[in-house]
Amino acid sequence: MEMRKIELLVGVFISVAIAALIFLALQVANQSSAMRGETYTLYAKFDNIGGLKVRSPVKVGGVVVGRVASIELDSEYFEPVVEMRISKSFAKFPETSTASILTSGLLGEQYVGLEPGFMDDDVFVLEDGDSIYNTNSAMVLENLIGQFLFSQGDD
Amino acid sequence: MKFFINIGHNALNTLRGIGAASIMLFQALVGKPQPRKMFPLLIRQLYVVGVQSMLIILISGLFIGMVLGLQGYTILVDFGAEQALGPMVALSLLRELGPVVTALLFAGRAGSALTAEIGLMRATEQLSSLEMMAVDPLRRVVAPRFWAGFISMPLLALMFSAIGIYGGFLVGVEWLGVDDGAFWSVMQASVEWKNDIFNGVIKSLVFAIVVTWIALYKGYTAAPTSPGISAATTQTVVYSSLAVLGLDFILTAVMFG
Repeated sequence: MEMRKIELLVGVFISVAIAALIFLALQVANQSSAMRGETYTLYAKFDNIGGLKVRSPVKVGGVVVGRVASIELDSEYFEPVVEMRISKSFAKFPETSTASILTSGLLGEQYVGLEPGFMDDDVFVLEDGDSIYNTNSAMVLENLIGQFLFSQGDD
Repeated sequence: MKFFINIGHNALNTLRGIGAASIMLFQALVGKPQPRKMFPLLIRQLYVVGVQSMLIILISGLFIGMVLGLQGYTILVDFGAEQALGPMVALSLLRELGPVVTALLFAGRAGSALTAEIGLMRATEQLSSLEMMAVDPLRRVVAPRFWAGFISMPLLALMFSAIGIYGGFLVGVEWLGVDDGAFWSVMQASVEWKNDIFNGVIKSLVFAIVVTWIALYKGYTAAPTSPGISAATTQTVVYSSLAVLGLDFILTAVMFG
């Protein structure tokens, strides 16, 4: 077979492979794997984070605004501290906002749900490095069952 | 006593083989690069090794994706979780089946052909005549084939995964009626660029080295007789399949363990 035809077929081969790679990159993998663009950091302390993981989403009303960057244990009170990277395009949450650890679906993954609080003249806006003080911890099934059994015993 | 002698004999033989194979690969690949001479040879081998393997890879990828879609659906629908079909098909193809099945097919389709070709070159003394003309057969015959295998296997594995996912889409969405949007969006939420796609490519690079290396070494050292070449071809397919499956477990344990 003449060389030109071979070169043509090898060119087609490599192009098909690159097309496959582009298909996998764009259609199959998540494009916004890392939060691109500018972010700022917020902290929140919880009593119990349940099954929250690094890279779990942070959502406001179901919209992903950021991701959990790290989870550490406070060395003084032994409480988990969650560091969240929020996209700069969702700035100016009031400090009265609430962070809760919620579960998507009955058995789904856990995420941080941010609930924006009220805004007033003497309420500050959360900025880079600030902490959210109103937090609700994760629902732990065993504790719920324990509470339920305990309340049954009262009757 | 005989038992230990046997063990020692086999161990030394294995080590000798590995050493000879390493020396062969080293001599073939290390040296002054001659891009003007090597490039046309590489293109021709890419055609033989890559382009001619494309059809079998695409067809088997399509069918494996379709089978994954069908089997996954029948199990997932019991739990009302048929939206998870997308990530199931995509992850199993990208992480395991794409690199592994491509390497197995590649060993059967291209590896055996490489062994037979080089073995016959040895048997008909073409390699000796190259040496007579002061052309190093390792550089002229072995090196382009090695690079062709090294380049084409990851490309073939990518094609395999892509068309397999499309096959899963055809069966899951078009035939069995999983929601179109959920299929892709749940897949996108759980497949990661670096963790899944890139690790799959690394896997297939490792398999490419192993399979091509075994094929070339078996061909180069084949006994120059008809039974010798036939034995070498069989050994290529058997050894590279076993090496691929064994290495796959190790790589999976390291990457996703």
